[in-house]
Amino acid sequence: MNRGLRIGDVAPAYTLPDTNGDEHGVGGASGGPATVVYFTCNHCPYALAWNDRLLRAGEEYAEEGVRFLAVNPNDAERYPLDSYEAMIERVRNEGGWPIPYLRDETQVVARAWGARTTPDVFVHDRDGRVVYRGAPDADHMDDSLNARWLRDALDDVLSDREVARPQTEPVGCSIKWK
Amino acid sequence: MRTPRIELLWWEGCPSYEDALADLRAALREAGLDPGAVDVREIRTGDQAEGERFPGSPTIRIDGRDVQPPGEGEPGGLTCRVYRRRDGRISATPDPEDVREALRAARE
Repeated sequence: MNRGLRIGDVAPAYTLPDTNGDEHGVGGASGGPATVVYFTCNHCPYALAWNDRLLRAGEEYAEEGVRFLAVNPNDAERYPLDSYEAMIERVRNEGGWPIPYLRDETQVVARAWGARTTPDVFVHDRDGRVVYRGAPDADHMDDSLNARWLRDALDDVLSDREVARPQTEPVGCSIKWK
Repeated sequence: MRTPRIELLWWEGCPSYEDALADLRAALREAGLDPGAVDVREIRTGDQAEGERFPGSPTIRIDGRDVQPPGEGEPGGLTCRVYRRRDGRISATPDPEDVREALRAARE
């Protein structure tokens, strides 16, 4: 069984399409100070409840050069709400997202990274080393938490500090493997 | 006053059933009913989900009625349910007030 990425591992590089059909690099060394990759989907209550907080963080930290990528790896055959077409429709219905929403159709990225749930949040630094993995914050029901754990990790990276809380337990629906 | 039949159906892909069970037991206690009188059943397969008409995890039924019946187009099967709290927030579990209300209605 794939143990997935651990803190300090280099995130392997892949390319995935977004809802406009544009390809984006996921993992590996990046131009910016940090990259957030979070696995998510269209049908899980945890993923849905946390998503606005993650999109807000994505918009705000873009000013600091941080790149956010949302990745949907779920099996669309058994879960049609997670199909590429449904992803496109969702982004359109929500008036567009400030970050790319990527389709991991073969689930190769989710498997390589060891993602377990939606959401499951990873942060890597400019060298591609994982510096945070876990939940956005302590409670999907409490919007005021505002993705605090993720923001703390990003603030540490942006200040060239070691991430004080590098790992939390990802909470959400299991990834729907093929 | 009669004691209704209480069921909680769950699937392991969603971590929310323990919270739903805790809310349900609290509601039973408040209503003066036995919090242990919940028929908790795990749904493991697609066939079982179909047989139980399982709309997703967790599902609470009181006398066979869903405390927050699924809307049209909800996928059902081995999936996690998306609930709406009364204040509009998305939740992985039913609103506790919906559970209490369903219990009151079942006992009338």
